Amino acid sequence: MRINTMIKKAALAICLVGASTLATADEYHIGVTVPSADHGWTAGLLWWAQRATADLAEKYPEVTFTVLAADSGTSQVADVEDLMVRNIDALVILPHNPATLQRVITEAYEEGIYTVVVDRELEEPAQDVFMAGNNPGLGEVAARYMAEELGGQGDILVLEGPSIPINSQRVDAFNRVMEDYPGINILASQNTDWNPQRALSVTEDLLGRFQHVDAIWAGDDDVLMAAMRAIAENQRDEIQLVVGGGGSQEVIDLIRNDHPMVKGTVTYPPNMVASAIALAVHGVKGEHLGDMYHGVPSRIILAADLITADNVEQFYEPDAAY
Amino acid sequence: MSESRTFGSQLLSGLRRLPIDTSLLAPLLALLILLVVSSLASEFFLNTRNISNVLRQVSYTGIIAIGMTFVIIAGGIDLSVGSMLALVGVVLMYIVNAIADPVQAVIMGMLGAVLVGALFGLFNGILVTKGRIAAFVVTLASMSIFRSLALYFTDAGEITTRNPLFNNIGGGFFLGLPIPVWTFLAMAIVAHILLMHTAYGRHVCAVGSNAQVARYSGIRVQRVIMSTFVIAGVCVGVSAIMLASRLNSVSPSDAGYFYELDAIAAVVIGGTALAGGRGSIWGTVIGALILGIINNMLNLMGVSPYLQGLMKGAVILAAVLLQYRRNT
Repeated sequence: MRINTMIKKAALAICLVGASTLATADEYHIGVTVPSADHGWTAGLLWWAQRATADLAEKYPEVTFTVLAADSGTSQVADVEDLMVRNIDALVILPHNPATLQRVITEAYEEGIYTVVVDRELEEPAQDVFMAGNNPGLGEVAARYMAEELGGQGDILVLEGPSIPINSQRVDAFNRVMEDYPGINILASQNTDWNPQRALSVTEDLLGRFQHVDAIWAGDDDVLMAAMRAIAENQRDEIQLVVGGGGSQEVIDLIRNDHPMVKGTVTYPPNMVASAIALAVHGVKGEHLGDMYHGVPSRIILAADLITADNVEQFYEPDAAY
Repeated sequence: MSESRTFGSQLLSGLRRLPIDTSLLAPLLALLILLVVSSLASEFFLNTRNISNVLRQVSYTGIIAIGMTFVIIAGGIDLSVGSMLALVGVVLMYIVNAIADPVQAVIMGMLGAVLVGALFGLFNGILVTKGRIAAFVVTLASMSIFRSLALYFTDAGEITTRNPLFNNIGGGFFLGLPIPVWTFLAMAIVAHILLMHTAYGRHVCAVGSNAQVARYSGIRVQRVIMSTFVIAGVCVGVSAIMLASRLNSVSPSDAGYFYELDAIAAVVIGGTALAGGRGSIWGTVIGALILGIINNMLNLMGVSPYLQGLMKGAVILAAVLLQYRRNT
């Protein structure tokens, strides 16, 4: 008997949850799928996706949204399949890994679903719009800013990401700019996997190895925060400048409060997914963006903006997850 | 008791009269409840396309869970299956890309994948039996080794193939159902016969139940344990074929990620005792279906992505709780 009541209660509870989330028949249904929040940047991604869908659902009542997060490429394939079953009109996807998702995105696109691919490009294009940040730009802008702040002279440590194309685009561009400044000496360039724990120990090791460091460039803002802890613990006051990448709220907050070392970061914003969703709303309806004479462009690369004390307020969003 | 006979209890006693193993009753009931709730909660759930999607999504981990059932019944565990899938997938793609003739490439690739899977399973099995190391520790180590090798061979990059036929295996359909689903079903039938209707299957149960007694009864315990790991390896090989050909690619960092946990969860939900000694293949199949349907239902209902893990965990716990109530 107890089993029965248990089952009934469970069924009732699940039904209630189900009923409250049942979608009503609307004109447009947009599916959004992103990698789940396994580090700061992806947490920001999911936060911004939910923020954008809440904002846009209010502004455009005829559009409904479903946001899914996948912990691996294969589970994201399943997520896209599930969204297709729900008859979505548009798909906004930041693929976990492009090759794994290639087939299912192609299936969606060929079915006539308005497809927006974000950040990671497919080998064989199967989308209406591709939107991404500027990876080489991130390295370039950071390098130029650092070189100028240091007056073209100084010893630099570079904290890289894992050996994936995105990281090499950033670091290669950084190094290309630094070739123009013979006074800048890159002491070491090390992989941190963009992981704070790993970054902490790598920075500790590097600070132990090099007794004088003028500046540090971290390709990711979470890595920058970990590096700051290593710097504080080792009392390395000779470091004049620490520059990040990404544009996390933590780092933006440091810049706002005139931190003596952290003076700048370059955006590679997770809210690109928010813009992609907004784009999909207009794209799926066949509207133009603003006063443009053309439809939604097929390729959009967001600028890599330098954030310093001068412009920090416009990037400040205290509630955001990154 | 009789005055409060509800629909639920009638269903229970009705089910009990059916000619099925009573240990299957709890997972089957959980599956039925989930099916009813899902079809009420989402208008899309009973879509043929959705059903075929779910079955296909389930089949990759389901095939692995079949092999895992043998390992667990014999008293072991295999944590390496997810990483093994990635490494077998990498080998498979290398073979498919290395042979020019597309038909030959696909056939050799499939044979190679199953063979390599069996070898990796044998590697685990030898370490467990001859090396006398606990299966948990051996496969924890080989989990790390397999993943690392897969990453090393590929420089962590994804491998794709231009073979025009390869995608037809995992992406193809036969009589309206995806081929991975047929494969899953066929393997479940073979495994069921092997486990329940052969001397070998009885030996596996005996070894897991009490290895010492099994040894005294003349069963070659070491060989039986080793063979369960080989079976798990073969299943991983087949799963790798299905997954790699469906996606037409293998990502060494991503393929099989957390599959070991999904496979173990499916086995446990299906009523196989983690301590070994007893279990059933159909239970595992039902367990895998339950897991797949939960994922699908949460997606179809649009449950907050933050909460999906909670719901999944809760349903696993509920399914297992139901089962323990029935067993005691």
